[in-house]
Amino acid sequence: MRPFTYERAASAQAAVKAVAENPGARFLAGGTNLLDLMKLEIETPTHLVDVGRLPFASAQETADGGLKIGGAMTNSKLAAHPIVRERYPLLARAILSGASGQLRNKATNAGNLLQRTRCGYFYDTAKPCNKRQPGSGCAAIGAPGGYGAIFGGSGACIATHTSDMAVALTALDASVETMTPEGTTRTIKVADLHRLPGDTPQVETELAAGELITAIAVPPPPPGGQAYAKVRDRASYAHGLAMVAVAGTRVALGAVAAKPWRAAQAQAALEAGASPSEAAAAETAQAGGEDRLAHKIALVRRLAAATIEDAQSRRQA
Amino acid sequence: MRTTITVNGQARTLEVDPRTTLLDALREHLGLTGSKKGCDHGQCGACTVLVNGVRINSCLSLLAMHDGDQVTTIEGLGTPGDLHPVQQAFLSHDAFQCGYCTPGQICSTVGMLQEAADGWASKETGDLTSPAVLTDAEIRERMSGNICRCSAYPQILAAIRDLAGEPA
Repeated sequence: MRPFTYERAASAQAAVKAVAENPGARFLAGGTNLLDLMKLEIETPTHLVDVGRLPFASAQETADGGLKIGGAMTNSKLAAHPIVRERYPLLARAILSGASGQLRNKATNAGNLLQRTRCGYFYDTAKPCNKRQPGSGCAAIGAPGGYGAIFGGSGACIATHTSDMAVALTALDASVETMTPEGTTRTIKVADLHRLPGDTPQVETELAAGELITAIAVPPPPPGGQAYAKVRDRASYAHGLAMVAVAGTRVALGAVAAKPWRAAQAQAALEAGASPSEAAAAETAQAGGEDRLAHKIALVRRLAAATIEDAQSRRQA
Repeated sequence: MRTTITVNGQARTLEVDPRTTLLDALREHLGLTGSKKGCDHGQCGACTVLVNGVRINSCLSLLAMHDGDQVTTIEGLGTPGDLHPVQQAFLSHDAFQCGYCTPGQICSTVGMLQEAADGWASKETGDLTSPAVLTDAEIRERMSGNICRCSAYPQILAAIRDLAGEPA
């Protein structure tokens, strides 16, 4: 790791100010992604502002029957929360499908959303990567393997967002609440938080420098059943090749784009009375990418159809 | 920078570089070499310790983040003459070969059994609102953050199954 200085933030305001004023500063919460990348010198902050003990570490039911989730709450605690288990089972299942028990005990909900969008070549410092070093090229394009974007990739980057939790939150139409460097708060849909790569894959989210996610707001669960599915190379503790979250008629896909992919075509088809397989096909008809990823489009189509069917069979009374 | 943690019941104050991970603080500064450095990236689980009773990868955490925390390592669980029940179960079932992953496996098991006792679900849990029942599939899933290169998994599973009792 390169040398850095460390401070524990006394308040969210102080944390936002400290990071906004210093281009070399980064927020640190659980640290499971940032410290990993710092050891590889892919991330080289000169100052860390620890927000892990700010008082945003619980989840409460809101007046409208939704849920407000603290940004500094751990993934484990959120998955174990009684309201999540009873009313948002796809969110619990998504979180429990990601990482390991040890990592979920450390990783925070805001940090999970802000883990770097990445592929194996982002980690391989011997290879070019437009995210690590803008303009150096992309080693992933044309490389073998089944990882890569089938929606929204660009000639600069085909990395995908790997969070399971973000896919469930997108299906649930959740939003993040932030504190901005100006001291105001703003709300951004999880589906709109991450950017597609375009020519600037190094810019991964819509957040300003120093903008801090303090909470995640989830509306009441939509009518209908919920389901979550993930396909990966190992039975456990591996990034997904494809993930699907379904909440009522809302469908989101994971590991297919630089952001959790809101499957609007699938939703429209379901609401027009389409079958699960027709709805899934309506979405994947929009997919593209390299020929080597053709099997992934078929995988996503079939997994989406099966997961929609699963959700429909769990239709709530 | 100055950080105070309580390790195995004893308050310890260290003045170290901010880059020092909790694992390196334990091993290099406090001489507690039971916690192992395997991958140093949170992938293998050999560094697993309990912080305030919760299992984490000590390699992916800075010492500075733990000021005031209670840390339990393998050295704090039991002694050769007075083994912790999880240590005894691993011994009884021969749940290791080279032993390098074992302190992490044991600390992870202690944390995992508490998570199950608290009713936490896993990916393998059918009904998220029912108490956790530690079937073999549940144990395998909940322990997937600990790798054993000698592949003593059948014996590790047997040791934990013994501790968890018969699934209902």
